[in-house]
Amino acid sequence: MAISQRSFDAVIIGGGGAGLRAAVQLAESEYSVAVISKVFPTRSHTVSAQGGINAALANVDADNWHWHMFDTVKGSDYLGDQDAIEFMCRNAPEVVIELEHYGLPFSRLDDGRIYQRPFGGQSKEFGTGGQATRTCAAADRTGHTMLHTLYQRCLKCDTTFLNEWYAVDLVKGATGNVVGVIAICIETGETAFIQSKATIFATGGAGRIYESTTNALINTGDGLGMAMRAGLPVMDMEFWQFHPTGISGAGVLVTEGCRGEGGYLVNKDGERFMERYAPNAKDLASRDVVARAMAVEIREGRGCGKDANHVLLKLDHLGEDIIKQRLPGIRELAITFAHVDPIKTPIPVVPTVHYMMGGIPTNYHGQVTTVKEDGSTEIVSGLYAVGECACVSVHGANRLGGNSLLDLVVFGRAAGDHVVNALRAGDIEGHSGAFELDPALERLNRWDNTKSGERVDDIRREMGQTMQNNCSVFRTAEVMQEGIEKISALQERLKHAALQDHSRAYNTARIEALELENLMSVAKASVLSAAARKESRGAHSRVDFADRNDGEWLKHTVCFADDRLIYKPVNLEPISVESFPPKARTY
Amino acid sequence: MRFSVYRFNPETDSKPYLQDYDLEIGPDEDMMLLDALLLLKAQDETLSFRRSCREGVCGSDGMNINGKNGLACITPLSSLKEPIRIRPLPGMPVIRDLIVDLDQFYKNYERIEPYLINDEPPCDSERLQSPEEREKLDGLYECILCACCSTSCPSFWWNPEKFVGPAGLLQAYRFIADSRDTHTEERLSKLDDPDSVVRCHSIMNCVDVCPKGLNPTAAIGQVRSLILKKSI
Ligand SMILES: Cc1cc2nc3c(=O)[nH]c(=O)nc-3n(C[C@H](O)[C@H](O)[C@H](O)COP(=O)(O)OP(=O)(O)OC[C@H]3O[C@@H](n4cnc5c(N)ncnc54)[C@H](O)[C@@H]3O)c2cc1C
Ligand code: SF4
Ligand code: SF4
Ligand code: FES
Repeated sequence: MAISQRSFDAVIIGGGGAGLRAAVQLAESEYSVAVISKVFPTRSHTVSAQGGINAALANVDADNWHWHMFDTVKGSDYLGDQDAIEFMCRNAPEVVIELEHYGLPFSRLDDGRIYQRPFGGQSKEFGTGGQATRTCAAADRTGHTMLHTLYQRCLKCDTTFLNEWYAVDLVKGATGNVVGVIAICIETGETAFIQSKATIFATGGAGRIYESTTNALINTGDGLGMAMRAGLPVMDMEFWQFHPTGISGAGVLVTEGCRGEGGYLVNKDGERFMERYAPNAKDLASRDVVARAMAVEIREGRGCGKDANHVLLKLDHLGEDIIKQRLPGIRELAITFAHVDPIKTPIPVVPTVHYMMGGIPTNYHGQVTTVKEDGSTEIVSGLYAVGECACVSVHGANRLGGNSLLDLVVFGRAAGDHVVNALRAGDIEGHSGAFELDPALERLNRWDNTKSGERVDDIRREMGQTMQNNCSVFRTAEVMQEGIEKISALQERLKHAALQDHSRAYNTARIEALELENLMSVAKASVLSAAARKESRGAHSRVDFADRNDGEWLKHTVCFADDRLIYKPVNLEPISVESFPPKARTY
Repeated sequence: MRFSVYRFNPETDSKPYLQDYDLEIGPDEDMMLLDALLLLKAQDETLSFRRSCREGVCGSDGMNINGKNGLACITPLSSLKEPIRIRPLPGMPVIRDLIVDLDQFYKNYERIEPYLINDEPPCDSERLQSPEEREKLDGLYECILCACCSTSCPSFWWNPEKFVGPAGLLQAYRFIADSRDTHTEERLSKLDDPDSVVRCHSIMNCVDVCPKGLNPTAAIGQVRSLILKKSI
């Protein structure tokens, strides 16, 4: 296969919030940077984020980053690494102000400062002072405004974009360091080796392993698949967040900000049932807590509708003005996808797969690490990961709403800074000497040359259903074991599947096949990690091991492509403040 | 349901053609056009189109549906007359099937310098903006760059290199209207020529098709009157 070559100091795979924030940092430096994205950047999934971004600005009510840090540690069910959590919460006000300076059109308070709303899992005074108001918002289109603002900023500083290019695999150098990626220009089908001294993954989530998800169709875990094929691990993959309020039937999300603005959930008896499950925080308890409560209500026959398969999110009492001003996008989505106008009628909602807490393990500079058998870590030279594809780990076993957008900009910036400093210091080996292109090209060749076999679409469908049934809100050993067997069988079948379309120009079928290979790796790692964790923590909820077990399980699951699982201790030591030791988690 | 879809593969087709498809859809199945296209693609994987968010916020799947531009993902099948005729966005070079080359569209966006410019030294806190000042951006900042408007605009078809087009001008006004931007004068000067703005003949196609309910014509009107004011 003929293959062209291009070369940059740094290459960023992904044009979502995390990738673009890293790009700004690099584009403003003296180094050359290219952003590779399989879609035009503003079509990335960050555009869908609604509710907002957390920062203890204290614009509405008393707040400080220490409280934010406590809430994040508690929200993570103590699985988050406290050095990274401190780093994120401490830097939050600064990165949000920076976004404002870039032009992000935040909603405003009467005094002209950035509008903030309450979100789930937020408190004052380390959980004792009641609800905090910490989520900075641009109406209910915060992700849209953030992504467009960052793209605009990149245009301002003349970033190179390779739009509608698809990264296929990492390329490793002589010492196992990363020296770039193989990528396909989707429009022409051209394959190229994009060389770089530093490669930053910002490829986003993988919600598409499930049949029903709030995630965009492009969220296929490509970064994770590429890492695993390169012999690198993924971490904490058993932790998938089910968002309480996906529109029933459509999977489309309505933000937690609905409840932040005063909306609440009711069952078929009209009961505000969260009062029973979380007497203090009620509807603004952590997402895992609310999603489980909803699942129990539905399972016990108190669901709404003719199939009793959802509950209702009530907003009408907020009044037309608040809804139109603060939740205009939600109203649009509810009318389009649920055929109800929330000004008058509650929205039917079900817990829906939303966010991948796990990902490629990194430190808080965004440097990818691999883990050795004894649980010790080692930095992978030349490779970084930021955003939803990374597991730094600030979200642990359960992410707080508004902390992902924050994660993107804090660690996007940090990784950009780290790359610039490493390049200046000459710390990165770069792409001299030998490198290995063959494995990636062989995979492409197999798809190009296999003329008959099963269809990709059928396998994808079965994978989605399997994950939906066998790795859901409530889990048992038996059901997950079945999941492992089914996913393994599907993974095997995929090796022999074939494309009907062998053309080159804009062959989306080929891209989807490559994506499915990544999805399958992610699905496998998820169900393997889940079956192995014999406790309940955060979003991982087992019927057969209903309690959290810090004695045995206060540790990260690390999973490799060869199904190997090893464990790594949680970092309970922050950078500069005192540790928050694990305690019982109630809301 | 019957579909008639524009097909063109540059490697095998010397010219585009229309292909008919049939899809079984149950009477009370509530489906968007994008869902139907995904089902068609499951039958015939050579059918190519862009898609991402499937909820009307990313702007990927603008196409011409029964003669009118719109987003497939928020167009209910029940709103469409059969056979459903699907073509790529008009006036742009077709790359393949429903996928058009949007380079010119993006260039015109870049041309208006779509970023906040403020030369005052940055402060430690946010730049203040009153809710009333912020409200001026409503109806402007929500644009998803789907190109439905510009590709329905005759003035853009005829002069894509000269006339900025509705999407670009809407964004131009978004920054002019932002109380934090200090480059209003420069922005207006750069648009003050016989083509960039004034080629809009207020035909309103753009307003008619915008899936986000935005009004580029009104924004163009504002830009125009500001240019006029400046010159007196
Ligand atoms: C509906 C919804 C609402 C949300 N609301 C909020 C919220 O209010 N607050 C909050 O904090 N979080 C929210 N989240 C979560 C948050 O939006 C995501 O976690 C975050 O946007 C992920 O950003 P990212 O930059 O990591 O990746 P993405 O934005 O997903 O971008 C990934 C990028 O990688 C590129 N890419 C991927 N694979 C390849 C490849 N192989 N080759 C080339 N390019 C590739 C894509 O083109 C894309 O540009 C929400 C999520 C959803 C689903
Ligand atoms: S109103 Fe102006 S911009 Fe809109 S379609 Fe007509 S000519 Fe084009
Ligand atoms: S103004 Fe409307 S139609 Fe035009 S690009 Fe923006 S969202 Fe699309
Ligand atoms: S797929 Fe995103 S707008 Fe339709």
